Amino acid sequence: MSTLEIRNLQVSVNTDDGMVEILKGVDLTIKSGETHAIMGPNGSGKSTLAYSIAGHPKYTITGGTVTLDGADVLEMSVDERAKAGLFLAMQYPVEVPGVSVSNFLRTAATALRGEAPKLRTWVGEVKSAMEALNMDPAFATRNVNEGFSGGEKKRHEIMQLELLKPKMAILDETDSGLDVDALRIVSEGVNRAKNANNLGVILITHYTRILRYIKPDFVHVFANGRIVEQGGPELAEKLEANGYADYVSK
Amino acid sequence: MSVLTTNYLTPTGREEAWRFTPLKRLRGLHDGTAVQSDRESLITKGALPSGVTFIRENLEPLSASDDVIIERVRGSASSVAHLAIAANTELTEPIFLGRSAGGMDTAEFSRVRISLGTHAVATVIVENTTDTVLAEDLEIYLAPGSNLKFVTLQEFESKSVYTARHHAIVDKDAIFKSITVTVGGDVVRILPTVAFKAPGASADLLGVYFATAGQFFEHRNHIDHAVPHAKSNVNYKGALAGQDAHTVWIGDVLIRAAAEGTDTYELNRNLLLSDGARADSVPNLEIETGEIVGAGHASTTGRFDDEQLFYLMSRGIAMADARRLVVRGFFNEIVSEIGNEEIQHRIMDRIDNELEKAGHNV
Repeated sequence: MSTLEIRNLQVSVNTDDGMVEILKGVDLTIKSGETHAIMGPNGSGKSTLAYSIAGHPKYTITGGTVTLDGADVLEMSVDERAKAGLFLAMQYPVEVPGVSVSNFLRTAATALRGEAPKLRTWVGEVKSAMEALNMDPAFATRNVNEGFSGGEKKRHEIMQLELLKPKMAILDETDSGLDVDALRIVSEGVNRAKNANNLGVILITHYTRILRYIKPDFVHVFANGRIVEQGGPELAEKLEANGYADYVSK
Repeated sequence: MSVLTTNYLTPTGREEAWRFTPLKRLRGLHDGTAVQSDRESLITKGALPSGVTFIRENLEPLSASDDVIIERVRGSASSVAHLAIAANTELTEPIFLGRSAGGMDTAEFSRVRISLGTHAVATVIVENTTDTVLAEDLEIYLAPGSNLKFVTLQEFESKSVYTARHHAIVDKDAIFKSITVTVGGDVVRILPTVAFKAPGASADLLGVYFATAGQFFEHRNHIDHAVPHAKSNVNYKGALAGQDAHTVWIGDVLIRAAAEGTDTYELNRNLLLSDGARADSVPNLEIETGEIVGAGHASTTGRFDDEQLFYLMSRGIAMADARRLVVRGFFNEIVSEIGNEEIQHRIMDRIDNELEKAGHNV
């Protein structure tokens, strides 16, 4: 049983106009097995929350704490956060030219498991993870995210989620740019990871569509750098009907 | 042994061709003060297949050169080491040439010829190791319809000074591909140049270089499109790490008035891995006819992409390993073209080691 605790998190970014505060005190607690949907309009700070937890150097933490089972996440380097059990499925996964998917996955698995996975079982692991997401086996020989379609990038992120077995996953707009078939396949992957590893999930999305496939236990509405309302799945239905207009004007 | 005569023009460093080169570190190759050795270090490794000969003979140069060091080499080398691949010989295995004998007190002036007969197909790999002072005039002739992959590996030790012209004359419908790898030496200056002799010919000039503290590596491509319907492509990639690591890439492409239907592209990318390093990158495209298929160039010099490192590290990969992956990936596009696993691993391992030696400052 793991707990990710975010307390009064305040985050700024450096822009041409100086430091701009994006997160203005975020409180959120996620336990293993729970799925928290974070919904909100564009520019409300949802992605900033995701990248701040993962440790992207662009963001400056100006206040608050993030702990995973009591350990100070904000003190950790980016790779240490992953080793502690955090995973970020990115909205725009980065191309790494010249590095094959299979080399990348094996290097990541070696780093996270502390030893190189046995080649024979590893090949099988990767193969079944790819099959489960309807991915062509030739995918493994391609360079990381290079020339991938939007859907392929998202499948590749979720394949990593299944292979690397984190404790807590942040899915940053994993649904964006996916057609219905791809959305279903990707969502099934998330659900498999939840069931297999009792994964805790922060599901960041603009739309309610993905919530038909990945059932949230909690829904938080994000606006202007903080959580402005929270509830159960019924809150998502309300957003579906009314949109974010009520929150943006506040 | 004889001291060279000095009736050659000595570069001062103000000439366009020499403005980047640290002349003082050339150990007298350029000004005639180098003491000529009687070394003839180029040898073949292993038995030569049928249709292939390697002999020393007297040959007139195939091309003119305005490079003062090449002039000196031509004036003083007593014979030419000639690798000849007979017409219609199709080799499936590479021919290995190499230099492992050297010396820093005297300079070797070497002339080399590689010639392919019509429709010959071959891969030639030249491995340059050891500490040495070497000036080399290497000419390649590809007869009509022949195909050569020419790999040169500059894996010198840290004191070596190597200046060379690798000039390919590519005849009708012949296919030339060179892969130039420079990862060792104090000063390395190579002129990988091409002249097309007849239509239908193509040349692919690929290269990688990795300079660490104090090293100077210069590559000057020149492609002469003097005939119609020839195709050329240049792609050189370099990385630099450490104080006063300095690389130069010059890409000169000349499309003459007669060269209608020319298709050419050149690309140079540099990765600056630390402060104190300098990469010069100068593409020059001179076009005398508008009737061409395409002509372009691009040059980029940048640092590590933070987004790439973040992505890899967010999967648990430590900073040093993430950097190694990115650098390997950067070079892989070209190194994998060598087509020999053992050599590819050796080059990548050398790059890993250089990166590690450059240390945590990168």
